Amino acid sequence: MTSLKKILGGNVRQYGIVGALFVIVLLFQVLTHGKLLLPNNLASLVQQNAYVMILAIGMVIVIVAGHIDLSVGSLVALVGGASALLMKEAGWPWYLAVIAGLMVGALAGAWQGFWVAYVGVPAFIVTLGGWLAFRGLAILLVSRTVAGFPGGFISISNGSVTNSLGYIGNRDVVTLVLGAVTIAALVISQLRSRRTLRKHELQVEPLTPMIIRVVLFGGIIGAFTWILAGSRGGTPIVLLIIGVLIVVYSFVMSRTVFGRNVYAMGGNLQAAILSGVNTKKMNFWIFVNIGTLAGVAGIVTASKAGAATANAGTMYELDAIAACFIGGTAVTGGIGRVSGVIVGALIMGVLNIGLSIMRVDPAWQSVVKGVVLIFAVAFDLVNKRRAGGR
Amino acid sequence: MSDDTTSDDTTSDDVILEMRAITKTFPGVLALKDVSLSVRSGEIHAICGENGAGKSTLMKILSGVHPHGTYDGEIAFEGKPVQFRGIRDSEHHGIVIIHQELALSPYLSIAENIFLGNERSTHGVINWNRTDAEAAKLLARVGLSERPDTKIFDIGVGKQQLVEIAKALSKEVKLLILDEPTAALNDEDSARLLDLIRSLRERGITCIVISHKLNELIKIADRTTVVRDGETIETFDMHGDRKVTEEDLIRAMVGRPMDHRFPDRTPNIGEEVMRIEDWTVHHPIQQERKVVDGASINVRRGEVVGLAGLMGAGRTELAMSVFGRSYGTNISGRVIKDGKTVTPHNVHAAIEGGIAYATEDRKRYGLNLLADIKRSIASSALGKVSRWGVVDPGVEATVAERYRTDLDIKAPNVDVLTGNLSGGNQQKVVLSKWIFTDADVLILDEPTRGIDVGAKYEIYTIINRLASAGKAIIMISSELPELIGMCDRIYAISQGRVTGEVPREEATQERLMRYMTMESDTQKEVTR
Repeated sequence: MTSLKKILGGNVRQYGIVGALFVIVLLFQVLTHGKLLLPNNLASLVQQNAYVMILAIGMVIVIVAGHIDLSVGSLVALVGGASALLMKEAGWPWYLAVIAGLMVGALAGAWQGFWVAYVGVPAFIVTLGGWLAFRGLAILLVSRTVAGFPGGFISISNGSVTNSLGYIGNRDVVTLVLGAVTIAALVISQLRSRRTLRKHELQVEPLTPMIIRVVLFGGIIGAFTWILAGSRGGTPIVLLIIGVLIVVYSFVMSRTVFGRNVYAMGGNLQAAILSGVNTKKMNFWIFVNIGTLAGVAGIVTASKAGAATANAGTMYELDAIAACFIGGTAVTGGIGRVSGVIVGALIMGVLNIGLSIMRVDPAWQSVVKGVVLIFAVAFDLVNKRRAGGR
Repeated sequence: MSDDTTSDDTTSDDVILEMRAITKTFPGVLALKDVSLSVRSGEIHAICGENGAGKSTLMKILSGVHPHGTYDGEIAFEGKPVQFRGIRDSEHHGIVIIHQELALSPYLSIAENIFLGNERSTHGVINWNRTDAEAAKLLARVGLSERPDTKIFDIGVGKQQLVEIAKALSKEVKLLILDEPTAALNDEDSARLLDLIRSLRERGITCIVISHKLNELIKIADRTTVVRDGETIETFDMHGDRKVTEEDLIRAMVGRPMDHRFPDRTPNIGEEVMRIEDWTVHHPIQQERKVVDGASINVRRGEVVGLAGLMGAGRTELAMSVFGRSYGTNISGRVIKDGKTVTPHNVHAAIEGGIAYATEDRKRYGLNLLADIKRSIASSALGKVSRWGVVDPGVEATVAERYRTDLDIKAPNVDVLTGNLSGGNQQKVVLSKWIFTDADVLILDEPTRGIDVGAKYEIYTIINRLASAGKAIIMISSELPELIGMCDRIYAISQGRVTGEVPREEATQERLMRYMTMESDTQKEVTR
């Protein structure tokens, strides 16, 4: 167990969830007689769950900072509706409508951020208000379903990266190249962090665990890439969007002053204030950020459905919150990582798609997901208690 | 029954508690090695030792927090072997522990708290008349005149401590364990509490008191057991032929003689760095109340200035209101830094202006216990380890590593969470954090609270080094010997006013205490 700990970089809590994802994937692979990991199913796993991952990235920042955002599902509908009307009624080009949609999200976030940061209304209340108000605005805006979007808009969630490099066998070369680049980036980042440590004459971990770790995660990415390259379109465009968001936000949370301050606020708000963190400004921007990301999710959702409806995004906020908690985010704030909540979102996604392939009644799907949520957090707590010792 | 007979004529029959050969391991750590403790019936038995020596673990075993089976060894209570599975088990036998962090519910009344989990009820319906009547009786026994329906929220820490004791009495306690009972109390409240503990002894209640305050132990304990590195070192008979001194206890605690409790420093005092003039601060809620009233103080380069005052005198409030207006409303007065009037309206501006404030309550206001050492040290000066808002982890770790070595923070590396450090080492992290901001005025609020003797000496050494390096230090402390031992000059504060200024050579506890207890009315007469 200790050797395993070393290999995984001491962060057993994080990897426990990766292990859980692995087990769930294997389970459904068996239960669906191998259908789960078919190339096209893998592609739709990504496309159908893009919204959870996007929202969860914003949500983890909010939760780590010690707040919650209940309004994102309603905001998804409002942004989707606004973009749809700009395209269909006002005749805007789709990319301008997308930008406008993101701005609607940011504005809604700024509205909520104002009340949380500068008036001090608890985020639960403010976003409960947003949950009601944004849904209401969406209904006023989109009285009937708006459909028939330009192709460019549709392909955000349904399209794939153009195959410009041909095929090896039946595998899309563009996808394979992207996979190879990702693995290379992983190796380089590991080597760079070693070099930084050595440059500053700090303790460097032995080489073997690092190699095992790189082989393990490189292998997972490689396998994923290989399967995905065999899918109908290759790499879904939305996967690129998610990939960029993951990289950017992982960096923001672990390496920037902004990220440090988020963890500081969630870990001990009073100490953060007395350390000179401008908590008001932080809170404001945290909500602007999740509003914008809810905008992205709104665009992705409308694109996926090919239509904007007033009840789009219903319960999305709870999916995002669940993904955060399954992914090891602490309910009390201060703890949580972007990589963790992505794994949490994938667990939810695999459950969704696996149960759908098995043609399980949606009502029962809901029951299963609810139980898994509790199991995941309980497992995490028990693990932590054991690791803590006292 | 006088104290002397209990302690002199004790035979083994009088032993109420016998812990034999207790050994306890946590994963990878041997916390207690073959510890034995024998407590006589009706005595006040003190336990002291450095932080991490094993005192709390021993008491957790005794009270059943660490249940039977998780440790080796035997416990006999009132002559019979006992095996506690939880707190309820030990309380059932009459053993009650009062933790350092009080376990009272702030929004419930005194009476409700006293009978929490032990309600005066019939068939689940609470009998409020009985509850209040019995609570009033218990309050009288501990010398509290508050009404039983007063909310805990509305009474001070000192009185809360007394409520805890009343709660213990309601459980028909035979052995009362108090963990650092006076740590958060001022001298007056401490004295009252110690009197109460003495009066409990007269009623036949045995007490175990864990404390860092050696002078208090010497005053009240019948016997004192010293624990060091998970072993019992020695049990002193405090009424023996030779008087036990603080030095005896310290020697046993640290395993070496401590000739000087305060390290020497040759003051090299330069020009004035900061002056606070006519500083008045109002209470944030009761806005007509002045918490700090026309205070004027100054501090010079290389000088350690003390602020002495009883709890509630306004020392912390003065410091925090200067530090970026972190406390109070309707603040007036002037802060002059390096000859210029400055107005630090928020903490960030104060830090930029070269002022640092290390809080009196590390865990609540000082540290993010979920963060590791390196992030904690950088947290107030992230600008110094980042460019364009991006933190350089290499620089951050190097900086932290430097402070770990310089200040001797006892941790294998800087990736250890601050929550896993002892109080003394947490305080070193806090000091590192503020030293790293390059402040030239450091306000240290109770820098050695809850820290063991050895670590205190190290903190003093750090403070002296800072002063020698030309920093201006303002030190707030409730321990007068500490102020007298460390400071070049001491201001006394009473009810928000500066009532006296005493240079090192003239500082005595008596003189300071006289200024600290000066009523504001008499003060007004003096100034007029």
